[in-house]
Amino acid sequence: MTIQVNFYGQLADITGKPGLELEGVHDTQTLQQKIHADFPALITATYRIAVDKKIVTENTPFHDGATVSLLPPFSGG
Amino acid sequence: MDKQSKGERYHRQTILEELGEQGQQKLLSAKVLVIGAGGLGCPVLQYLAAAGVGTIGIVDQDVVALSNLHRQVLYITSDIGLLKAERAATKLQQMNPDIRVNPYELRLDNKNALDILKAYDIVVDASDNFPTRYLVNDACCLLQKPLVHGAVSQFEGQVAVFNAVGEGGKRTANYRDLFPVPPKEGEVASCAEAGVIGVLPGIIGSLQAAEVIKLITGIGQPLVNRLQTFNFKTSDWLTLSFQPLLETAATQPANPLAFINTVYDWTCTSGNVAEINAATFQSLLAEEGITVIDVREIGEQPLLNEIEHLQIPLSQLMDHLDTITGSTIVAVCQTGKRSRQAATILANAFHSKKIYSLQGGIAAYLLSLQNK
Repeated sequence: MTIQVNFYGQLADITGKPGLELEGVHDTQTLQQKIHADFPALITATYRIAVDKKIVTENTPFHDGATVSLLPPFSGG
Repeated sequence: MDKQSKGERYHRQTILEELGEQGQQKLLSAKVLVIGAGGLGCPVLQYLAAAGVGTIGIVDQDVVALSNLHRQVLYITSDIGLLKAERAATKLQQMNPDIRVNPYELRLDNKNALDILKAYDIVVDASDNFPTRYLVNDACCLLQKPLVHGAVSQFEGQVAVFNAVGEGGKRTANYRDLFPVPPKEGEVASCAEAGVIGVLPGIIGSLQAAEVIKLITGIGQPLVNRLQTFNFKTSDWLTLSFQPLLETAATQPANPLAFINTVYDWTCTSGNVAEINAATFQSLLAEEGITVIDVREIGEQPLLNEIEHLQIPLSQLMDHLDTITGSTIVAVCQTGKRSRQAATILANAFHSKKIYSLQGGIAAYLLSLQNK
């Protein structure tokens, strides 16, 4: 199963890229474990996870080809 | 100005069948408060004034700086050093003398916010910091006012409509349904620190003005329960959907008194909230001055008979802050989720106390007792 993960705002600065393709992660919980291990600065970052454009609150399973967006709050005006 | 020229001013929009004279009348009768007259606020104010929004309030305590001018297009070089709210009001009034513009040259805080917001139908958050964003959101929820949110960072922006009247008269999602807990200070950089491309707040602010006009006239579908994002570099638009959450109310002041007692400037520095595991919790219990609060609803099982504690459900915590003593407070719940929210509320209320949330909740604690 392959998913596309996109990082928004300052999260892309943390990861150094706007997005990445991942294999072997099957839900939002395993995704967080993986990206927190790869990019420890994400552990303390504030963000919400959207799976296929829907913001989720509980652990959510992925389907093959899912698009996952990680969205932080912005303060600027 | 006579009636004919008044009609001519708005002619190109009143000939739109869905808007018409009736829609124009709604715009002229509407009262909109814009918080912040900076990068976002300028286009919001310009388009609302041009469209004939009858009463526009502008809250901003800042003066125009040279570094504002690449994005704050209402101001000119000779405005540098002058108050933004006053300059903006003068220019909008010159652009459209039919409308009323009220400048508020002050910093919005929890003492003045409710009085100012009360007089308006719709609030626009065009501010540039998290304390103001959470304060405005909570005030709008208390006063039942729709809030048009806009925010930018470097090359990206966000727009949404919060707390509008949805289906069946229920309020739509608000900022805390999206981001319940403010980020820690320094986690998210401001425009001054991170920079912003000048045209970006122009785009996002224009979208905010569009949402205000949709709310007033009833045309189309406002961005309720949705967050729209724009990326300047890729020109990608992304609209995410989200829902009101039951637990959000517990993170917000429930009444004007609680609102006045909420310290918003502090919410960005939740430094004295920490999560502790069951083992650390056990060793803390031996210390002096520790207060354990079970924030579950009354009657939730299993009961916490093993240790002395207060029982204050999360939904009532705001109203019972005065009953809490001790120098160290540990919030506990079933799984550690509600207690985390409770800890944030407690940290807001008590700056000198140490505040903890029990990770994994009572389930984890009871398990650790068995394994002892």
